[in-house]
Amino acid sequence: MKFNGYKRPDGHVGIRNHVVIMPGVICAAGVAQKIANKVDGIQYLYNPNGCAQNSRDTAVTLNILSGLIANGNVYGVLIVGLGCEMIREATYLEAIRKKTNKPVYYISIQEEGGIQKTVAKGVEIVKALSEEASKCVREECDLSDIILGLECGGSDPTSGFSANAVLGNTSDRLVDLNGTSVLCETPEAIGAEHILKERALTPEIGQKLCDTVLKYEKMFADMGEDIRNTNPSPGNKASGITTLEEKSLGCVHKSGTKPFSGVYEYGQMIDKKGLVFMDGTAYDVASVVSLIAGGAQIVAFTTGMGTPVGNAIAPVVKITGNHDTAVRLNDMIDFDTSDSVTGAKSVEELGEELLSYIVQVCNGKNVKAEDNEISDMAINQFNSYA
Amino acid sequence: MVNAVLLNDNDMVVTVTKPISCGDEITFVLNGKTSIVKAVFNIPVNHKVAIVDIKKGDAVLKYGEIIGYATNDIKAGEHVHENNLDSKKLREVE
Repeated sequence: MKFNGYKRPDGHVGIRNHVVIMPGVICAAGVAQKIANKVDGIQYLYNPNGCAQNSRDTAVTLNILSGLIANGNVYGVLIVGLGCEMIREATYLEAIRKKTNKPVYYISIQEEGGIQKTVAKGVEIVKALSEEASKCVREECDLSDIILGLECGGSDPTSGFSANAVLGNTSDRLVDLNGTSVLCETPEAIGAEHILKERALTPEIGQKLCDTVLKYEKMFADMGEDIRNTNPSPGNKASGITTLEEKSLGCVHKSGTKPFSGVYEYGQMIDKKGLVFMDGTAYDVASVVSLIAGGAQIVAFTTGMGTPVGNAIAPVVKITGNHDTAVRLNDMIDFDTSDSVTGAKSVEELGEELLSYIVQVCNGKNVKAEDNEISDMAINQFNSYA
Repeated sequence: MVNAVLLNDNDMVVTVTKPISCGDEITFVLNGKTSIVKAVFNIPVNHKVAIVDIKKGDAVLKYGEIIGYATNDIKAGEHVHENNLDSKKLREVE
């Protein structure tokens, strides 16, 4: 199946043509935002980190940020640093150049000589980048170039048996077309790991998948906590989900029925076709970000109670099986699967319709989160800031 | 009129698709046939109801899989939620 996208010089394919401005460190966020406000059509990618993290967390931050920039949806980027922070120009460039050769510019506030001078220089760079980007045209691409991130949040019981079931069918269809689909949210596989293990392409992949899930539970146990104290959320429970295992068993439905062909670390670049697993969080935004850093050009996000979550780099499609939510929170829901609950339509019919909808989004149709210019950012970390 | 979803024929709970009042009939499809259980509590929409009697300590199945263990005896028609279902100490429920 074909769609019209952007073929990047680094070999990636994009469904958006974004010029991005990102603070290299949180201290530069306000200045970077000022630049973004002065040029139309710029994507402002907030970065909460860049300094005062231990080496393990710094590596995670760098991997995520370079992955987001390398995403096929990005034409080029301007990074605005402060000057004295831990992750500066050379470190960014080294990480980014391992993944992509696209245009990357870097300026720092201390070197430019303050806010006004940095803004003036930044605006100049971003305007030039935008002009170059505007010359890119959509070309015919194959759906096999699409990496679809699978995510859920604000779940209610309809997520498990309607929205996730439909998305699972869509995921199967994409895999049949030689595309890639990524299940994430490791804690929400707890209680369903035996099912995922059986679906692995090889025993080694199955064992790795199972170990990844068990490791997450143990990480909480080692801190004297039961992960079930934070998951399901109060809203999940009020809506009718009682236990983490119940939530997980519904959650994994969105991965459909195909075998898992790989297990990736948090935000690691995805280089395999078919269905894969990424070691992500149950904290939705940090999970969405890791999928996009891994290369997902689009994220399919199921929700029961509704959530506005969006991202600067990739469209996040909201799918609900709760008709009341689809109506009441209409300005943040893109696709209603509740016909599968009433029996008006089958999961298969809706799965086909959702794939068509996703192809439209790949062709340039805006999702609600884009219409509303919603862009959220979080990166998982292990320790507190220094 | 069907007003609950059974996700697997081995399941011990159904999910109601409409708010249910105590005494209402909950209708679902089991093995291709319509089955009925009478609600003995008010059940909020999308919440779970037992369709069989469940003993304290028994595994509770939904999606044909274990979602937790009964922390009390549960009668068919009862609301199944935090008051009588827990997965936290899966193997420690007395």
